[in-house]
Amino acid sequence: MDALWPALFLSLKVACWATIINLVLGVGTGYLLARARFPGRDVLDTLLTLPMVMPPTVLGYYLLVLVGRRSWLGGWLHDTLGVNLIFSWQGAVLAAAIVAFPLVFKPARAAFESVDSQLEQAARVLGVSELALFFRVTLPLAWRGILAGLLLAFARAMGEFGATLMVAGSIPGKTQTLSIAIYEAVQAGQDDAANQLVLITSAVCVAALLLAGRLAPGRLAREENAR
Amino acid sequence: MKLDLHIRRALGKDGQGFQLDVALRTDCQRVVILGPSGAGKSLTLKAMAGLMTPDAGHIRLDGRTLFDSASGVNLPPQQRGLAYLFQDYALFPHLTVRQNIAFPLRRGLFNAAKGSRDPAVEHWLTALDIARTGDLYPEQLSGGQRQRAALARALVARPQAILLDEPFAALDQALRDTMRAELDRLQRELRVPMVLITHDPEDAAVFGQQVVLLRDGRVDTPAAQALAASPQGASSHA
Repeated sequence: MDALWPALFLSLKVACWATIINLVLGVGTGYLLARARFPGRDVLDTLLTLPMVMPPTVLGYYLLVLVGRRSWLGGWLHDTLGVNLIFSWQGAVLAAAIVAFPLVFKPARAAFESVDSQLEQAARVLGVSELALFFRVTLPLAWRGILAGLLLAFARAMGEFGATLMVAGSIPGKTQTLSIAIYEAVQAGQDDAANQLVLITSAVCVAALLLAGRLAPGRLAREENAR
Repeated sequence: MKLDLHIRRALGKDGQGFQLDVALRTDCQRVVILGPSGAGKSLTLKAMAGLMTPDAGHIRLDGRTLFDSASGVNLPPQQRGLAYLFQDYALFPHLTVRQNIAFPLRRGLFNAAKGSRDPAVEHWLTALDIARTGDLYPEQLSGGQRQRAALARALVARPQAILLDEPFAALDQALRDTMRAELDRLQRELRVPMVLITHDPEDAAVFGQQVVLLRDGRVDTPAAQALAASPQGASSHA
């Protein structure tokens, strides 16, 4: 089965990048929406949640329109940076990141809102700067909720199909991710290949869940301490 | 402690709600602001710490202007050099007692490591008799231990004054008496000026070198004078 390892590797690469992007943008947006008061906050929240409810093919189409070579943004990316997102693995990352975005920013916002503001006030009076207080108090207290969101985002990005197919296509070894390879295998009647791919995907998903459970900070330390 | 404070703040829509208008001036080391709940005690204390910005007025402490609406001065809480003991202590739940006490000693982006030992932290752990709880988390402590930990964290950075928000309200009667005596001793030893807010006249009797009575957002001067004239009158309320 030639398509298996490149597809697996590509899916992991795309999901990892999409998760890293959302770690920064999703968590940042969640924090902004939890703390900042500005007009249009609810409208922004709704807009940013749209990828969760819109069909991935519709999202993919929007992306094609937005970053395609003939669009303003796509043309600028191509002419000045030499970047072409369509039919590239970077395009697959973009699609997966956008589809998974609400899964990070929603729980992140909720987690930040649940942090007791009195603890932040205490940190201020103790002389700690706003930036340090974010990293030393707010983020650690919100981290478990954020981690749950990141995990969902990773799983969603791993399984991304519709938007990725629209933007990146299905080029074996280049943009053909696991999900797309499964679809192609079934379409071509290659049942053995499809079985293999499905099992591999399932195993990766289970492994990711177990790993995330292990990495959850605080839990282990506190259980040890309670003894 | 030379404290000169006059703050105004209107809460609620169009100033229809609560009006805070507190003026007080003192040279005492121990000031107690006494009043029923809803009198504006917490707001006054928060204004001193920089956690609430008044609409107008000034706050001067030992020659330093912390807030002055006329000249546009409003120091952030980080620069006021004060300590604040919250009513429910506000210990950081994700940090051990040692890490909590070490918190104000570090300015960077990271908390003290779990295993680290700072002489100042160890000193305060011993001084407040909580050395054995150093590696525990706040949720594993008793009420009295929590208060001691919070007190250690407040004092470790050598504040110019300590602000206490109903420090004994969450404790049972026996523990309340112990902690009162403890705070009394600590304050005398360290000579750190304190402002304590409470609804309990007994606190005022123990700590009130000067007692300020607050009612409906204003200083109730005649009542405070009457209280000062008869210190026994304070405890008879209890």
